[in-house]
Amino acid sequence: MTVTVPAPTGTTPSGARRTPPPPEPEDLELLLLIRHFELTLLRLFEAGELSGTTHTCLGQEYIPVALSRLLGDDDFVLSNHRGHGHFLARHAEPYGLLAEIMGREGALCAGVGGSQHVYHRRFLSTGVQGESLPVATGVALALKGTGALACAYIGDGTWGEGAVYEALNMAQLWRVPLLVVVEHNGIAQSTPTAAQMSGRVAARAAAFDVLHHRVTSLEVGEIRTELAPLVAMVRQDSRPLVVEFATHRVGPHSKGDDTRAPEEIALAAAHDWYDRYARLFPEPFARIDRERRELVERIAAEVTARPPSAWERP
Amino acid sequence: MTRVSEHLNHALHDLMETDPDVHLLGEDVSDPYGGAFKVTRGLSTRFGDRVRSTPLSEGAIAGVGAGLALAGRKAIVEIMFADFVALAFDQIVNFAAKSTAMYGRPVPIPLVVRCPSGGNRGYGPTHSQSPQKHFIGVPGLSLFEMTPFHNAGELFARMFALGRPCLFFEDKVLYTRRMYEGGVVDDLFRYEVAGDVARVRLDGVAEPDCAIVVHGGMVHRALDAMRLLLLEDDIACELLVPARLHPLPELPGLERARHVCVVEDGSEGGTWGAEVARVLHPRLWSSLRRPITLLSAADSVIPAAPHLEREVLVQPARIRDAIVEALS
Repeated sequence: MTVTVPAPTGTTPSGARRTPPPPEPEDLELLLLIRHFELTLLRLFEAGELSGTTHTCLGQEYIPVALSRLLGDDDFVLSNHRGHGHFLARHAEPYGLLAEIMGREGALCAGVGGSQHVYHRRFLSTGVQGESLPVATGVALALKGTGALACAYIGDGTWGEGAVYEALNMAQLWRVPLLVVVEHNGIAQSTPTAAQMSGRVAARAAAFDVLHHRVTSLEVGEIRTELAPLVAMVRQDSRPLVVEFATHRVGPHSKGDDTRAPEEIALAAAHDWYDRYARLFPEPFARIDRERRELVERIAAEVTARPPSAWERP
Repeated sequence: MTRVSEHLNHALHDLMETDPDVHLLGEDVSDPYGGAFKVTRGLSTRFGDRVRSTPLSEGAIAGVGAGLALAGRKAIVEIMFADFVALAFDQIVNFAAKSTAMYGRPVPIPLVVRCPSGGNRGYGPTHSQSPQKHFIGVPGLSLFEMTPFHNAGELFARMFALGRPCLFFEDKVLYTRRMYEGGVVDDLFRYEVAGDVARVRLDGVAEPDCAIVVHGGMVHRALDAMRLLLLEDDIACELLVPARLHPLPELPGLERARHVCVVEDGSEGGTWGAEVARVLHPRLWSSLRRPITLLSAADSVIPAAPHLEREVLVQPARIRDAIVEALS
């Protein structure tokens, strides 16, 4: 079933019906921290400073930032391959995260997990699509009745995995407090959603009688207002909820592997909060943007200079 | 006399009684059905929603178990037939086992996946396998198997104490057999359990002609072969039954045996027995007189018809013949 809430009155980037209220400074700081963190990773890759792979969340930063204040300390967050923003919005520990990605001293997980496998203070990411939803259902089962919930981020591509349906079925059957956040950016690595998904996320949730809500707003404050009563319902009524964000991946899947047509990339870029805020709120934006950029530059320089991480292998 | 299924059932009752963190999930495990093999009978009536009959979703059941474990509980997951654990391979290998180490520090995942395994019951190709070998050598994963000698409650406690996921195989032919008690197998053989390994011996034989290593489900067929070997061929064997299959515990006494034979019901190729031999060869190299004999089920699907199934799975006569030949 789909939850009916008043439609957001605010912005769609193409429509821009009205100027949104400026984001709160803390939110803007977090958005820009994540943005510059991700841009720095791409830069470090190009400079040959990073190994392996990484998946940045450019354009999607507002989703975990919006959710951050709806989650409590006792909640458990499960993330995926594209999880740096999820982490930074949950824990303000960019040094530890970058050290993890770079395999340096102070790494959150000794450099073993790297970009896609972080477990730190009730935040856990792992790299196999769909695998986290049954785990999240188990965590939610353990949390049931405590008022805490399990929040799992997945993408539109994840809906190809059978584990998603097995988990949704159990989550609804057993009424567990599970918040499934779908970052529907319209593309799974290189495959457009239209070429890999028949039907809609809403209909798939409805098939299990799981509440579904679609978010089209790109404004952090607006999204919070919209979702707060729904998230409260997940806790109080102990039931799963699928929140589907219509979002856009501004950057490549990982690094330099964007095969989309220029007009598609331009369309994604047109939805980017970064350019819009720079244009609409030049004063706080330019200052905070510079501050966060410089902060991440300092973090990168400091972490790069650290010795390699040490791991005591079990 | 206690049947193995009753013994397991009592062990689960005791475990859930003494440890309120333990949850149990699986298909049809709730009362009045109590599981396909009745091992979980009475648990849902007694422990309420800590016991859950689940949808037919082996992968997610294993994942939910891992999630409970991650959140500080302990989980026992029943896979109705061990064949179906293939559906949970990703959750077990890529999540539960890996998560104990891939976050750079030990992360406890107290999860036991119970897998009723093995054939000789005419269930056919998808309900009769012994898939232990597919899980050997997965970092972070331990394999155990029920035997008619080991106390199941102690094994559950041991597996949970590891803080790492364990597969626990229960050969279905054991369920209706009795648990051995008091150190006596029968008129010929005596047994002792030291740690993970049960050792079955003939009274007064210190240096057996052959030491046979088996997993729990092979015990009775190996004993039948040992009786024939003794009475018909004058060959004295002892039997070693490790309850932990991987990593392999120290197997006692092998240096004093003239020969070593490993017998299993998994299909030929990439077997548990080959892994046992790999561990034993360097240790026994100076005392071995011939290569370790490895017996496994045929490189074949397991037929349903009893006369065909018997041909594929390891039977006592084959064990006897192989040992006679090796020692001749």
